[in-house]
Amino acid sequence: MNKVQTLWVPVLLSLLLIAGCSSKPTLDQAGAEVSEQSTGAGSAGASTSAASQGEEWQGDPLENPNSLLATRVIYFDFDQSTVRSEYLDVIQAHADYLAANPQAVVRLEGHADEKGTREYNLGLGENRANSVRSLMLAQGVSDNQLVVVSYGEERPAAFEQNEESWALNRRVELIY
Amino acid sequence: MKLTMKGLFSISVVALFMVVMTGCSSLPGDDSSALNVEDELGLVSISILPFEGQVNINQSDDIATVISADLRRSGQFRALSQEQMLARPASIDDVNYKQWNALGLEYLVIGSVQSLDTDGYEVRFRLLDTHRERQIIGLGIKTKSSNLRVIAHRISDQIYKNILGVSGSFATRIAYIHSNQQVDGKRVNELIIADADGHNPHTIVRSTEPLMSPAWSPDGSKIAYVSLEKGQSAIFVQELYTGKRQEVARFKGINSAPAWSPNGDKLALTLSKTGNPDIYVYHMTTQKLEAITRHTAVDTEPAWSPDGRSLVFTSDRGGEAQIYRVAASGGEAQRVTFNNSYNASACYSPDGKRLALVTRDGENDRIAVMDLASGKMQVLSNGNLDESPSFAPNGSMIIYTSKTGRRAILAGVSVDGRVHHRFSPREGEVREPVWSPYIN
Repeated sequence: MNKVQTLWVPVLLSLLLIAGCSSKPTLDQAGAEVSEQSTGAGSAGASTSAASQGEEWQGDPLENPNSLLATRVIYFDFDQSTVRSEYLDVIQAHADYLAANPQAVVRLEGHADEKGTREYNLGLGENRANSVRSLMLAQGVSDNQLVVVSYGEERPAAFEQNEESWALNRRVELIY
Repeated sequence: MKLTMKGLFSISVVALFMVVMTGCSSLPGDDSSALNVEDELGLVSISILPFEGQVNINQSDDIATVISADLRRSGQFRALSQEQMLARPASIDDVNYKQWNALGLEYLVIGSVQSLDTDGYEVRFRLLDTHRERQIIGLGIKTKSSNLRVIAHRISDQIYKNILGVSGSFATRIAYIHSNQQVDGKRVNELIIADADGHNPHTIVRSTEPLMSPAWSPDGSKIAYVSLEKGQSAIFVQELYTGKRQEVARFKGINSAPAWSPNGDKLALTLSKTGNPDIYVYHMTTQKLEAITRHTAVDTEPAWSPDGRSLVFTSDRGGEAQIYRVAASGGEAQRVTFNNSYNASACYSPDGKRLALVTRDGENDRIAVMDLASGKMQVLSNGNLDESPSFAPNGSMIIYTSKTGRRAILAGVSVDGRVHHRFSPREGEVREPVWSPYIN
């Protein structure tokens, strides 16, 4: 895994988001870097739902099943802790919600698949949760709204010994 | 010589759920050819005759059977099964050396068990050399315990030492994590201590949250481990005899991978309190914490060299997980492994000359030993997902876990890779076995 890239992605991404849809070449490069990372093995069972264009949701935005906030699991590529570009708008939506609701706290639980050793995977799970955290902090979320916990490979979501299961286990869960 | 057997544990006994599958080839995925290799090699041949007077005792506690299984598992011995025995001399006077010698047998063990009036047993045994037609040792062991397996392991140690000149490690223990899904869907995780052959399991910690990384203190009296029972990882040290425990680390982030220094006064551990996992050394008496590595990569799984001077650890600082070595006082780390794209979970052999580790062999995670002087690596296991190697205190065997599908079992291999054995839990998953030091 490219450490330099991992470290830079959050920073570059935040620049990208701050600049909105600016077309500065450096920012495009940053965006390209992110998507390049996401072309790896795992097309996990991730479901990103589009924001509703119909009637306006009346209740707590967190409960809106048609909102990006309904996506609470972010999946990762094998041995990677870089957030795939497809999840950036999900993280943005959660960050917006947290920024608008400073009393809200989210627990970012990092997980890994069973490949590799348990202790290493504990580190990998934390790196994944921290990647999500960094992106949220860059969006103005306060540090005390974010709790990072790594479970490594200790709490799998799927139990088979195959790529489908492993892809489902390489994840960060957002728990409000 | 008289050996006294202490009742080591007063903690509640859980149901015996492990079966030793030594030499058994009926498990799916077992490599039966590897298990049979011992019969084809010119190893030390020995026969353990049934112990006279051992009646009304469960077959699994039969002393001769336990000793035979111990010696076979070590990879050093070819033990004749009881069906192959021509005669069963009860006393040394009845032994026809020439007859045994003609079978190609080098050593013979005869013995007896006697109930004592004072409650308990006296077990006697003689180790005989069939070539020289003489006794090598003869010992009587008195015990108050009804656990004759322990006596059998002590006898195995005596045989091993007298024939090979190095200590056996049969009368030692292992610790491991057992994880099982209950009927109500809840997962129960247990830290278990058992005999080195998997028998006599005792649960010393039970939790619905993950338990990880058990580590024996060098005197065998304490175990350090990681528990997530408080909603995050924390490191505990627990006394085995009292069950008393102490929390030694619960910083923000990861608190994990405890490893005792050889003299027991320090714990190396992994903390991520500064933002990502680094190696630290915790001084038990002063409670001082010393940072050993400072790197933006994942640094974890520290293990001490037997002389206490250096630590090896896993780091992905080079882009992929590899083993590095650093002075125990800190400083620049040197990369140690260069074969394969992933090497992790290293531990030193007791003589400090080799590392056992997990290596990615093609698509599979397997157990390997690496010679530190030459850098040469030998893969010992053949599973898809083999993890957590741990040396026997005499360096002759390595235990690890092997996972196929949802099933994770305890496995063992002689360090030369010739003889494999497996322990099979009835259900659930076995994780992170660690072999105890010698316990007196």
